[in-house]
Amino acid sequence: MHQRVIAKLDIKGPNLVKGINLEGLRVLGKPEEFSRDYYEQGIDELIYMDVVASLYGRNSIHDLISRTAKNIFIPLTVGGGLRSLDDIREVLRAGADKVSLNTAAVKDPNFIKEAARYFGSSTIVVTIEAIKQPDGSYEVFVDNGREETGVEVLSWAKQVAELGAGEIVIMSVDQEGTGAGYDIELTRAVASLVDIPVIAAGGAGNSAHVADVLTDGQADAAAIASVFHYGHIHKVEGMGHLDQEGNVEFLKRKRSHGKIEPSSVVELKEHLVERGIHCRI
Amino acid sequence: MSAGSTAEYKMKSPKVAIIDYEMCNLFSVNHACLKEGLTPIITRDPKEILAADAVVLPGVGAFGDAMKNLERYELVDVIEDASRNKPFMGICLGLQLLFGSSSEFGEHPGLGIVEGNVEKFPTVVEGRGIKVPHIGWNRVSFDPEEPIFDGIPNDSFFYFVHSYYVNPSDDSVVLTSTDYEGVNYCSAVKNDNMMAFQFHPEKSGVLGLKIYENWKRMIQARV
Repeated sequence: MHQRVIAKLDIKGPNLVKGINLEGLRVLGKPEEFSRDYYEQGIDELIYMDVVASLYGRNSIHDLISRTAKNIFIPLTVGGGLRSLDDIREVLRAGADKVSLNTAAVKDPNFIKEAARYFGSSTIVVTIEAIKQPDGSYEVFVDNGREETGVEVLSWAKQVAELGAGEIVIMSVDQEGTGAGYDIELTRAVASLVDIPVIAAGGAGNSAHVADVLTDGQADAAAIASVFHYGHIHKVEGMGHLDQEGNVEFLKRKRSHGKIEPSSVVELKEHLVERGIHCRI
Repeated sequence: MSAGSTAEYKMKSPKVAIIDYEMCNLFSVNHACLKEGLTPIITRDPKEILAADAVVLPGVGAFGDAMKNLERYELVDVIEDASRNKPFMGICLGLQLLFGSSSEFGEHPGLGIVEGNVEKFPTVVEGRGIKVPHIGWNRVSFDPEEPIFDGIPNDSFFYFVHSYYVNPSDDSVVLTSTDYEGVNYCSAVKNDNMMAFQFHPEKSGVLGLKIYENWKRMIQARV
């Protein structure tokens, strides 16, 4: 099977944002401009995560989904604050292909079953936010890593698959935004446990991290944020188009990206192929 | 305007009815049509469907619910008619529904337009576990002479999302085949005017759009 490279865009209102450990959000620019660049370079899929889903934000993300899907003919998964079958239906109508459930699914696991039954398993992705505990186990968190649930990650992952979800995004909140690499151990534990595809998220700082999670981590796909976003910003910067809204201040100050080594989609896929990984190129 | 203007307009931008039976997936199909210069209308009105130059049956979701909706909106006969008499494209669930029956969430009869059945991927092949649904980009093999694949290299990548695959009784309807982890299956069917894909051309980037471009030309040749 060909493994997938997915760009994950965290959305706040009309903006692409990026945070560290899901906090301290920084505005990077317009999501549809980043998406367009990734699409033209051959990204396999896109994920839009509404990180501050609210009633106001809901309409805003519907518009963004539509603007994106009008021009970009690859799969788009949308998540963040989806609580009912109607919420899901609206997002799909706006142009999303799949939805990602999290908080509402933890609160009412039956929601996964109902959603899978109505929209088909392959439309329903469940994101699991995991935080490693002192005893080495992983606990499920919700609400962008802010609220603990007392649920253990592996038992939840198994249940999610049994309830009919089509895919699992396993996200390490500890690694998210750090650029220190994916939590390989966590990803492998989930990927070897369930027989639905598993997407690794949280921690990619360079191409090698992605290759590692697709091999050692046994992930079916890898979600990548900062590596691509900063890669895109550098490209735009190089072209002298620095006037986009939002990121100007941050760019002018030339703040370092910590451990992030920016890469284009093409460069990253070339690295994967060099490492013997099958991907669409 | 000349007397032939209506025909000329049809030639320019054939009208495509996208059947809306509340199983989503209409947005990208609609925009793929627009992008390639077709005139899409999203409808469940039998008159509009039968008046269009071509028909798309899209679909994402569960087989049983989809059939229920088709029956509720009295679309079963319309689809059968359109599939025999107009350029007709089924996509994903819109392919599976054309078949006799499916075992998704219990046994459900399908439209029975194509002979054969719909089967679930095994989770174990030759002693090895495989991931179901089959989600992602996979290669599609076809006869390069087929006009719908004009300008598309054989074994190109298209995007798939499905847990079930079709198994036609008659090999002559097989348009493409795909291998998923050792399961070689029929990933598209065709007859005179109907074709249906398991993969999503509207989600398969530039090559997927090429299918819409080729289909437009095939519709124009009939209008």
